[in-house]
Amino acid sequence: MSELRTAQRLQLYYWMSLTRAFDDRMVAMWKQGRGVGGTFSQRGHEAVSVGAATALADDDVVAPLHRDLGSYLVRGLSPERVFSNLLGKADGVTRGRDANLHGMGDLSLGIIGFVSHIGLSMPVALGAAMAFQQRNERRAALTFIGDGGSSTGVWHETLNMAAVVAAPLVVIVENNQYAYSTPLNEQMAITDIADRAAGYGMPGIVVDGNDVEAVHHVTSAALDRARGGGGPTLIEAKTMRMLGHAIHDGAEYVPAELLERWKKRDPLAVYRARLTADGVGDDELRWHDDRAKSVVDAAVKHAEAAPLPDPSKLLDGVYAQ
Amino acid sequence: MTATNFGFSVVDELPVGRTLTYLEAIKEALTEEMRLDESVCVLGEDVGGDFGGAFKVTHGLAAEFGNARVRNTPLCEQAFVGAATGMALMGLRPVVEMQFADFITSAFDSIVQFAATTHYRWGGAVPWVIRAPSDGGISSGPFHSQNPEAWFIHTPGLKVVAPATPADAKGLLVSAIRDPNPVIYFEAKPLYRSVRGEVPANGHVVPLGSASIARSGGDISIITYGVQVHQALEAAELLADEGIDVEVIDLRSLKPLDWDAIRTSVIKTGKVLVVHSANRLAGFGAEITAQIAEELFDDLDAAPRRMGAPDTPVPFSPPLERAYRPDAASIEMAARNLARA
Ligand SMILES: Cc1ncc(C[n+]2csc(CCOP(=O)(O)OP(=O)(O)O)c2C)c(N)n1
Ligand SMILES: [Mg+2]
Repeated sequence: MSELRTAQRLQLYYWMSLTRAFDDRMVAMWKQGRGVGGTFSQRGHEAVSVGAATALADDDVVAPLHRDLGSYLVRGLSPERVFSNLLGKADGVTRGRDANLHGMGDLSLGIIGFVSHIGLSMPVALGAAMAFQQRNERRAALTFIGDGGSSTGVWHETLNMAAVVAAPLVVIVENNQYAYSTPLNEQMAITDIADRAAGYGMPGIVVDGNDVEAVHHVTSAALDRARGGGGPTLIEAKTMRMLGHAIHDGAEYVPAELLERWKKRDPLAVYRARLTADGVGDDELRWHDDRAKSVVDAAVKHAEAAPLPDPSKLLDGVYAQ
Repeated sequence: MTATNFGFSVVDELPVGRTLTYLEAIKEALTEEMRLDESVCVLGEDVGGDFGGAFKVTHGLAAEFGNARVRNTPLCEQAFVGAATGMALMGLRPVVEMQFADFITSAFDSIVQFAATTHYRWGGAVPWVIRAPSDGGISSGPFHSQNPEAWFIHTPGLKVVAPATPADAKGLLVSAIRDPNPVIYFEAKPLYRSVRGEVPANGHVVPLGSASIARSGGDISIITYGVQVHQALEAAELLADEGIDVEVIDLRSLKPLDWDAIRTSVIKTGKVLVVHSANRLAGFGAEITAQIAEELFDDLDAAPRRMGAPDTPVPFSPPLERAYRPDAASIEMAARNLARA
């Protein structure tokens, strides 16, 4: 495992800070009634989505889900386009066609957008990996799934098939303790979802999902292995969903002491403390935080002013020409 | 399953040019497209190796193109259709074989939620084809005989075709493979070896969205597709002896639909009977007759009629299945009644 240089560590910090600033603004705006439809808070997932996406090579492909805002940003979707997407604007990633973070695909950035039906990105990422394999390209595909999503049938179908064909695929389970209101003990009878990997014949790795460098390193290693023909890896990142399932959800069902415990492990605060301990100055970290906030300010301003889609375009694009 | 001709006459046209069976025509389309375009590949259960699929449609492809392009998959329709979508997004043109059209429901989410919506939502093109061996009449029971086309016609973002002749089987598959959208290709398995016809050797293309006039006539229009084209033609010959002149429109492509062909025929005859093997209730015939009623009401001399299967699962035993399916005899009767209406 190669050590990260300070510049790389500051990059990780910046992307997490940007994700947090974006999320904070989004949540605040939706609470004020300035949002459109619902949306999903990202709080608690910054280290997973950023640590994983920063491990990708430029020509790898990622299929992120609804807690992976950091991945979209790291891959290069501009905060303007993402915020416009949230507000249903004509210049959003989906041009007003898909809601919140859904459907934010852009193949020029190696991003495959998701559908609501949980689990369905898994085989699509597998297929991308199989395409690389078929053409003898040294590329890999990465996708995410929740602890709830790990109960679906398509999870099983995909992981089995990925192992059988030795696809260059990495799957990260974001185990955030809940699927909507359902806690882990009502979702599964095991402690570590990564244990299931053995049943498919692939490595299963548990990682601290609140440690951005740890996520980055295990994802890098798994992607390297995949590109080298070593087959798929299942990574379980343990974390906590710190707010409700979606914006309307107060999550009263989550015990307060559980949240308290995880709050002490806030991924952004933990990383800030580590960088500080390693000698990075507070000014520098604050400079990154300020930059993140101003980028988000500009994105919100842009999105609120952006035009809504033209209803006469309703029928456009159902089919590729 | 052996391909018997249960209930089907062998339409063995005398060869003028080169003739192929329906099955050979499908295989020829696959072979030619795979030779032409490296991105075309095949995947599904049992399609590879020396085996070549439950019906042998892909037999020989692995030998010519290798196991990387003719992939056996585990038994996991949701995953391998989803994988085809990922492959297609990365620039391949996968042709997926459903072992039977009936099992396409196991992949329903991957098809209708993911593949069909992707281009509209974010512009990702999904150029795959699913070949779905459909239809019955050969005592295959409730789960090896189905005609699920209506679900997919109902789904925005998909295209749906259902060839009736070897030439169309080839030409439509070539078009489906070249199309940049997800296409469900219903191949009528009772026709695999029972139908033989002339098929152009190279570069034969039948565009999606164009119907053909299988038989020209002036008294009534039978609008149909797939297996029922042959049954309708047989009925038309019998009715011709009674002086009833039947036009048979073979839709070939269900989505996009060749509305011009339907309109022209309906205006000419004023009487329409839509026939399909699928069950009648909320079947494609309901949509076609509704459109005709809305747009061509003044051209009609009688209410449009529909024939399809009853609202039951597909029964297994021969007398039950014969009672279940439209066939030449029941079409003849319905068409005669309509002609006299
Ligand atoms: C197939 C399917 N069923 C139900 C839902 C509704 N739903 C959306 S998110 C969610 C919980 C997901 O939990 P998990 O997979 O753990 O991901 P998390 O939201 O916790 O990140 C549910 C039930 C859905 N989107 N898809
Ligand atoms: Mg969860």
